[in-house]
Amino acid sequence: MPVISPSKTPMPVADAKERAKTFREVNFGYDPRRAMQEADRCLRCQDPTCQTGCPVNVPIREVIHLTSQRRFDDALALIKRFNSLPGVCGRVCPQENQCEGRCHVGDRFGPVGIGYIERFLADWERLHGSQPVEKAEPKGQKVAIVGSGPSGLTAAGDLNHMGYDVTVFEALHDAGGVLRYGIPEFRLPKDVLDDEINALVRAGVDIQCNVVFGKTLTLDQLMDEMGYEAVFIGTGAGLPRFMNLPGENLNGIYSSNEFLTRINLMGAYRFPDYDTPVKSGRRVAVIGAGNTAMDAARCAMRAGSEEVTVVYRRSEAEMTARVEEYEHAIEEGVQFKWLNNPIEFIDDGNGWVSGMRCQRMELGEPDEDGRRRPVPVPDSEFVLDVNNVIVSIGTSPNPLLSRTTPGLDTTKWGGLVAEDDTGQTSREGVFAGGDIVTGSATVILAAGAGKRAASAIDTYLSQKRGEAAEA
Amino acid sequence: MFEILHTRQLTPVTKLFEVAAPLVAKAGRPGQFVILRVHGHGERIPVTITDLDPQAGTVTVVIQEVGATSKMANALAEGERFHDLAGPLGEPAPLREKGHVVCVGGGFGAAAILSILKGLKAKATHSSAIVGARTAELVILEDRLRDAADALHICTDDGSAGFKGLVTAKLEELITSGEPVDEIVAIGPMVMMRAVAATTAPHGIATLVSLDPIMIDGTGMCGACRVTVDGRTQFACIDGPLFDATKIDFDELVRRNKTYRDEEEAALHRYEQAHCRAEEAAAAATRP
Ligand SMILES: Cc1cc2nc3c(=O)[nH]c(=O)nc-3n(C[C@H](O)[C@H](O)[C@H](O)COP(=O)(O)OP(=O)(O)OC[C@H]3O[C@@H](n4cnc5c(N)ncnc54)[C@H](O)[C@@H]3O)c2cc1C
Ligand code: FES
Repeated sequence: MPVISPSKTPMPVADAKERAKTFREVNFGYDPRRAMQEADRCLRCQDPTCQTGCPVNVPIREVIHLTSQRRFDDALALIKRFNSLPGVCGRVCPQENQCEGRCHVGDRFGPVGIGYIERFLADWERLHGSQPVEKAEPKGQKVAIVGSGPSGLTAAGDLNHMGYDVTVFEALHDAGGVLRYGIPEFRLPKDVLDDEINALVRAGVDIQCNVVFGKTLTLDQLMDEMGYEAVFIGTGAGLPRFMNLPGENLNGIYSSNEFLTRINLMGAYRFPDYDTPVKSGRRVAVIGAGNTAMDAARCAMRAGSEEVTVVYRRSEAEMTARVEEYEHAIEEGVQFKWLNNPIEFIDDGNGWVSGMRCQRMELGEPDEDGRRRPVPVPDSEFVLDVNNVIVSIGTSPNPLLSRTTPGLDTTKWGGLVAEDDTGQTSREGVFAGGDIVTGSATVILAAGAGKRAASAIDTYLSQKRGEAAEA
Repeated sequence: MFEILHTRQLTPVTKLFEVAAPLVAKAGRPGQFVILRVHGHGERIPVTITDLDPQAGTVTVVIQEVGATSKMANALAEGERFHDLAGPLGEPAPLREKGHVVCVGGGFGAAAILSILKGLKAKATHSSAIVGARTAELVILEDRLRDAADALHICTDDGSAGFKGLVTAKLEELITSGEPVDEIVAIGPMVMMRAVAATTAPHGIATLVSLDPIMIDGTGMCGACRVTVDGRTQFACIDGPLFDATKIDFDELVRRNKTYRDEEEAALHRYEQAHCRAEEAAAAATRP
């Protein structure tokens, strides 16, 4: 057996100082030599626990093995049977909690760089052209997909492949969901996303932007008038939460969704070449410590802010962001104030935010989800000087859908009720998955839900075809 | 892409567009709005629906030039296209079944109240319209408004047409004239909507105004459009755009709408310079 190098083959990255000023991608990706070197670190375990750590069960051991043999096309084809968005997932999955978190090499050394290899394979295909995929015989049945995030795109790709006539309806002017408006260019280049989407379009998926489901078109219209026999709803959990603190509507206070949408979807970082502006003043505070908060903080650095501080009421241990994002943020100069909670925003006298009153916290007893609950430290208030604040404390499902679409059962937090293994909702022929069902989660969980729903839709429609044939 | 089938220059700075958008034309209701983008690098701007023709599949909007984006929009001609048009967005206006509704429109707001007046007419609800402009030439859509409303009152600052004075003076007159007024809907510049709210408050008449905060998506995803109504934060794009005028924190809205004043001025300046250069180039090209 070869001697294992104790650490992951390093990912070539852009210099932290330089990259903190541009939106170009931070990680450059492996070349074939590095990918194969990394693949050689795999022990080919009898029990590939990495695979059980993958939410969509990619046979990782085999993928790595094929990579080490330089069979890149075969390795990618194998991934794609389980995950249609490898170029995206290789870049944005929280591998440390999934596959790599269960890697046996990782028990003693750094885990095998499964994410980096996945990304390499997808990029290799982008460089060298993809293998043609065969589409099944047309089934003559129409399926509508609502929302073009990872759940919708995955469901669309699979159903199209199975021979259904698939149309995706997206509210915004561009497809991709959070991958388009939330995750920034330096982490997920829009070229990568465009390639994934263009591949779907070339394969026959019709994408209709500017269609706000529930407003422009209703479920009844789709199913009764337009002949869609099944509908998949993957509208995400896009409604930003605010803290309801005094001064929260002062000028200069954004939700992370707004800040990121201005920058990513609307191209504000290229203002005035793009018409939409964004304010990212000298001092910016970001409230929260998830992926969204990291993205907002790193965007603020790049948009010209000098001091960017992440303020979180819990401690570093409870942070939910991907480790790589957190490390990159630190390298780029983002500062962190753990165990601090904002309680008020201060007006500069002209209606702009100039300060954020915070109070220090300490960790008390664990709460329902097992995380220790932060409690305020008495007499610990202080004011942080800020020019902008980005509130990034999470999102809820958008009420637009439930308000306009009767007959779909919702949970008490506003999400859609859907069966876990099929995505079946309370209405026949209507399936759902992704953040709209689970609440804010991950790209791969959304993609996995899209995949399961696609197969359930196939079962449902096959049965319908059978019944029609008998009748 | 959404083709512009017909345009009409209403004043030097306001233009009417009839746009092919069959799904929106069918789904739209009075009081709702659409989000437009003029070109592929453009902003998303909310525009109130002026009229809908579900048979022809068209949506009519009226755009008043205030900044670079609205100027770019108004430079579009028949046969050209809006890059994007999404809607109908927001909650429709609640159309009363009976009583007397007065719709007040200032500037482009005169166009925005048209769909509501037509909606009321369809329900045979008694309606009056009060529209204001600086001077007679700037009164817009008089023909269509006269058609839709049971009574049309034109107000001009200089008295060159109709009543001489502000829409609020006319409104006060109407309210105190003895004819009962059950509801008021006002759309137009913020100062006008505020003044309407102040006029109706002492009479205790239900008053709705259509708010136009800065928006991006228009679907509840960003929170740019948040306004304080009755002490609570609301998203104008999904909870509005019409709100009870007595409960709105107008100061906050006026202030928030100035967030990008510097950028807007710079964009306008750039647009005008580019425009001049283009005109000079065109002139040079035609010179012998
Ligand atoms: C800034 C940010 C960073 C993130 N980083 C990571 C990360 O690094 N790794 C990771 O795994 N996860 C990350 N996540 C989470 C991940 O992006 C989401 O879990 C995932 O995108 C959910 O996918 P989805 O398909 O359910 O919905 P979304 O991606 O939310 O897509 C929903 C789509 O539906 C559209 N839509 C909504 N309502 C309507 C309607 N009425 N009609 C038509 N269309 C509609 C929306 O416009 C949107 O395009 C991040 C999230 C954010 C916000
Ligand atoms: S415009 Fe974005 S939430 Fe209203």
